[in-house]
Amino acid sequence: MSIDLKTVKHISKLARISIDDEKANKLKGDLNNIFEFIEKLNELNTDNVQALTSIAETTLRFRKDEIKSENIREKILKNSPEENKDFFVVPKVVE
Amino acid sequence: MSDITSQSLFELTSNIKEKKLSSEEITKAFINRAEKSKKLNIYVTDNFEKAIDQSKKFDSNPNLDFKLPGIPIAVKDLFCTNGVRTTAGSKILNNFVPTYESTVTQNLWSQGAILLGKLNCDEFAMGSSNETSFFGNVQNPVGENLVPGGSSGGSSAAVAANLTPVTIGTDTGGSIRQPASFTGTVGLKPTYGSCSRYGIVAFASSLDQAGPMTKNVRDCSMLLEVISSFDQKDSTSIDYKRNYYSRELSKDIKGKKIGIPKEYRVDNMPDEIEQLWKNGISYAKDCGAEIIDISLPHTNYALPTYYIVAPAEASSNLARYDGVKYGFRSPGQNLIEMYEKTRSEGFGDEVKRRIMIGTYVLSSGYYDAYYLKAQKVRQLIKKDFDDAFSKVDAILTPSTPSSAFKIGEKTNDPVSMYLNDIFTVPINLAGLPGISIPAGKDKNNYPLGLQVIGKPFDEQNILNISYALEDKINFKNDISDWWLSE
Repeated sequence: MSIDLKTVKHISKLARISIDDEKANKLKGDLNNIFEFIEKLNELNTDNVQALTSIAETTLRFRKDEIKSENIREKILKNSPEENKDFFVVPKVVE
Repeated sequence: MSDITSQSLFELTSNIKEKKLSSEEITKAFINRAEKSKKLNIYVTDNFEKAIDQSKKFDSNPNLDFKLPGIPIAVKDLFCTNGVRTTAGSKILNNFVPTYESTVTQNLWSQGAILLGKLNCDEFAMGSSNETSFFGNVQNPVGENLVPGGSSGGSSAAVAANLTPVTIGTDTGGSIRQPASFTGTVGLKPTYGSCSRYGIVAFASSLDQAGPMTKNVRDCSMLLEVISSFDQKDSTSIDYKRNYYSRELSKDIKGKKIGIPKEYRVDNMPDEIEQLWKNGISYAKDCGAEIIDISLPHTNYALPTYYIVAPAEASSNLARYDGVKYGFRSPGQNLIEMYEKTRSEGFGDEVKRRIMIGTYVLSSGYYDAYYLKAQKVRQLIKKDFDDAFSKVDAILTPSTPSSAFKIGEKTNDPVSMYLNDIFTVPINLAGLPGISIPAGKDKNNYPLGLQVIGKPFDEQNILNISYALEDKINFKNDISDWWLSE
């Protein structure tokens, strides 16, 4: 199989990365090379193999649902790209 | 006493404990050398002023019970450090200053270490040559215009160039062991779950592990002892009894069964590497180990599996970089445009490529064909190791299929770059511990490494085997300091 330009553009839309035509063409070539390499897996019959879901073979731990952090509002907002002491600011989403 | 910066961690800690050196003297020596080593492009952010203050503070009331008493250490710029910029080698985190500390770096400071600064790495740890960093490539101190390996390339170069006594890197598919091999240093990737992932910028969560990068095996055992800990803040951290790796370090490997996997004899492997491997085998025999031929039949499928699993996990992990709460933002007319522009301008080409692969293999209609298939093959790869470890105690292989290559040599061919990790990737897929130790040189005098792979949680065993081999190999890096400026 091969990945065409339309698919590259569709994936870039899903990944929320805008790309121009020149980049899309370059990516098309790269992705096709990489997928050609990946297709090797089809040599293997895996019908009766269970997919590996966790390498660590442990179950997730439970913990008490307690508030441990002090007031971290300021810390969380500290790296905000646009200054505003109380909120994260984004472009208007509601008309 | 030899020059301060060329001393091992073991020597430096002994000298501090015996009051032959102060933390301030040591810290200033490393800073002084770093100031003259800018050509290597190893540091992304330095913490020199604060480090000197902290070293003075340590000296005024030294706690000599610490395992890293007043020892200055620079770390890969993938570890979040409270109040010190953390970029992951990316434009998108160029202005990010964490308000919290990663668990493994906290473990260093809790044992008396002092942060020297943050070391260059491939963007989001995606790369094998440190050339994908937003902050430019790193020079390998071994020779001019050579890559230091990656993604922990700034870290491997820093240890080899004596800019830090030891460091910590992260390894998702070989990012500690391959750069260690390229620079003639020691690098260990611990068992998945050994070192906490809390506060490490995530790449592929089921593969990422932090680990020590050092001048020698003893230092490696000392550092692993500090950074490996159970952590409630990482849901995949494993609660088990960890060894006192440095105290239990031993060259006695008599009777240990060491497996040699025939599948690691790949096409076009340079004769030098074949020879290096043979030498390693004969050294292991000299030490009384028993050599056993084994088979890991799915080895050839590890890289294709990795290039589905790792980008898939990366595409989800990197979805958080949207320009909303932190990091770089490119303004847009609306929210979607802001996301798309931010990510397009904020990520470099290799990161975008991997996000695209990951998005594709997880997208509707392709999940079964790619992601599920890869998770099944991953099971087979893990089973290969389970079977092998029913017969042997450890496995010996080369670390990489080549020595360090020239800067720019492989940047236009992603697949040839990916092939660098052919011997290291299977270990991450199986969650095992692996260590690379310098074992010889090629015809250009560039270092080559051997890898020792262990059973889960058996770091002590691979450290001991490496310690015994290191003694026999007696590797000398003889780096010429060609980059130093006055």
